[in-house]
Amino acid sequence: MSFAFNDDQKMLAESADRFMLDDYAFETRRKIMTMDEGFSRDVWGQFAELGWLALPIPEEHGGLGGSTVDTAVLMECFGRGLVVEPYMGTVVLGAGAIAAAGSEVQKAEILAGVAEGKTLLGFAHIEPKARFTLNHVETTASKDGAGYVLNGEKAIVHNADAADYLIVSARTAGGTTDADGVTLFLVDSKADGVELRSYPTIDGLRASEVKLDGVKLGADAVIGDVDGAMPVIEAVVDRANVLLCAEAAGAMEATVKLTVEYLKTRVQFGRPIGDFQVLQHRSVEMLGAKEYSRALTYRAAGVVDVADARDRARAVSAAKVEMGRAGKKIGQDGVQLHGGMGMTEDMAVGHYFKRLTMIDMLYGNTDHHLRRFARLA
Amino acid sequence: MELILTPEEEAFRQEVREFLAAEVPEEVKRKTMTGFRLSKEEHVSWQKKLYEKGWVAPGWPVEHGGTGWTPMQKHLFEEECAAAGAPPVIAFGVTMVAPVIMAFGNKEQKDYYLPRILRSDDWWCQGYSEPGSGSDLASLRTKAVLNGDHYIVNGQKTWTSLAQHANLMFCLTRTDDSGKRQEGITFLLIDMEQPGVTVQPITTIDGSQEINNVFLEDVKVPVANRIGEEGKGWTYAKYLLGHERTGIAAVGRSKAQLKRLKTIASAEQHEGRALIEDANFREKIAEIEIDLLALESLVLRVLSDESSGKGPGPEASFLKIRGTEVQQGITELLVEAVGNYAHPYVPDAMKTGWNEDPIGPEHAASIAPHYFNWRKASIYGGSNEIQKNIIAKAVLGF
Repeated sequence: MSFAFNDDQKMLAESADRFMLDDYAFETRRKIMTMDEGFSRDVWGQFAELGWLALPIPEEHGGLGGSTVDTAVLMECFGRGLVVEPYMGTVVLGAGAIAAAGSEVQKAEILAGVAEGKTLLGFAHIEPKARFTLNHVETTASKDGAGYVLNGEKAIVHNADAADYLIVSARTAGGTTDADGVTLFLVDSKADGVELRSYPTIDGLRASEVKLDGVKLGADAVIGDVDGAMPVIEAVVDRANVLLCAEAAGAMEATVKLTVEYLKTRVQFGRPIGDFQVLQHRSVEMLGAKEYSRALTYRAAGVVDVADARDRARAVSAAKVEMGRAGKKIGQDGVQLHGGMGMTEDMAVGHYFKRLTMIDMLYGNTDHHLRRFARLA
Repeated sequence: MELILTPEEEAFRQEVREFLAAEVPEEVKRKTMTGFRLSKEEHVSWQKKLYEKGWVAPGWPVEHGGTGWTPMQKHLFEEECAAAGAPPVIAFGVTMVAPVIMAFGNKEQKDYYLPRILRSDDWWCQGYSEPGSGSDLASLRTKAVLNGDHYIVNGQKTWTSLAQHANLMFCLTRTDDSGKRQEGITFLLIDMEQPGVTVQPITTIDGSQEINNVFLEDVKVPVANRIGEEGKGWTYAKYLLGHERTGIAAVGRSKAQLKRLKTIASAEQHEGRALIEDANFREKIAEIEIDLLALESLVLRVLSDESSGKGPGPEASFLKIRGTEVQQGITELLVEAVGNYAHPYVPDAMKTGWNEDPIGPEHAASIAPHYFNWRKASIYGGSNEIQKNIIAKAVLGF
């Protein structure tokens, strides 16, 4: 187990952080958010050229075969940059599911396109009534000759409106929360019966509610084993969660940095307010929270690629709990220590706070993961 | 743990409850409870109704239009208003500038402004903070230069809540910078609807525009609009800030929001049961509820001290600290309660006349924005850090 970046990872972090500094400053990001799709296809193309989209994709399908730790390094930089491009949905979740369970035909069709920046994916698993229960799937896939018909509703599908394909989970057998009986399907986003209701998210991203109204699919749309998708979904979501924690580590670091800078420059009562010990201690506490969360995140990222399902789940839940707590403290205190300025949309600190909050509220919040960790003891 | 009331207090509560049930429009109640924006008209209309009833200014002396209520009656009134979804009375006129005018204004000012405040004919805003003067308010630089029968005012105020609705601003200005900073401050009443006054909205992290920058360029303010003496503005400002501490604790509103949290947690399904049946979540609610009970107890003690002639002491700063922590704690649990539906940002859903289907449950749209908006509570009104400094110095003698 290594706890330091290797040379490749160091180079990746340097180049990604330089990109954020040069090409993804706060004002640039603001403009990107006002674009039609809520992100920049140009920037996405640059990510492709830099090899970032290929990073976790298997080499035999045009990728670099990077590990979860490698991807975490990049995600951390994305967190510092407050990146809004659809990396999580397309590269981590969507491509992750195809790489894990897809047929050779599906992998060939999708993965190289993702790596090249040509294909975008939406991961449609969460449902309106499921809250954080991963097994809760009410969307049905009924047999229709050799194929299937999908009916149901999916929630909070990031960048579904830009996706070429949606990876949709639906129930082929069993009761609403049974682990067995869920199947993954590859759905053309333009297929008849796919209806999107798209919206901005409060942390500057884009998502959709996806209605599936009699969507007809052939047998070749099935990804992996019929009825056997839950272990794949759990693995993919666990990996996504640890990568979200890595993104959060970057956001936390940026928040601490901005806050300390502010405290050193904001003068009240004739001196920088950072002179006050109370505020210094608060900053130290913020830094400590980030350090512990980041360390556990990278440890969990290392575990995710090699552990069995139970150990993987415990590692990820531990990281998510630590991240949720740290993110809340750092986000809230970041704003507080900026005083009134922290409340304005013009300052980056509020945006980091929103992103940290929403990372906590995606694929299980702190309480959810605390419970999962405790149950797996 | 309910308040133990006398039969008279119980009867009073009933009377208030009946009035509110009859007079608060359903739409206004819905908006107030869910934290949606009310229009200027909705606020003014409500305040005029209270005025007709004689209930718009319970904190005022009776001779100026106050109600003469006991501390418990005032407390019950606030609680019932919050429970009924009545819009809070906008503080700037009734509870902030009015006591200053009463205590330090001359006869002409009292005769002119107080009835208008009572009737909500004027909308006031507070010109205190500046970009360079937040916690260190005494360092303010907006300048007022005397020129015959008027002052010429130049400067910039910031964080001016609801200035977009205001026609009047009570403003701290600097008339003298030769001596101690606190001694060169003058309290002026400024007409917002004149040349030189520019109101520029500030967008906060929740996407709303309730605060503003107010630019003052060669604004003429008659000497008749000065409260009290030149150079004494700081004293008047401190009087104002110390005057209404129990209001900022907002116990009634927190009780109403706690009730709303429980309702929402009862509707949210979590692993086959309501979220409120989850022991962990229920206990998190319980912790806030107990903090709120303790807060209410101290509020009642402070209120009864006030009515027996003891002025509000610096201990009242505690009420602001815990009051805002409780308010914020409830907004946190509300975000947890809506789960995934904290993500969609649908600002139009919070406006009147929006009639599309909600995204997720109807109550979801305002919850995350409200959580982010409410981070202001530990910052405004004297940040919680400043409040602790005040208590350390004034109560503990550090």
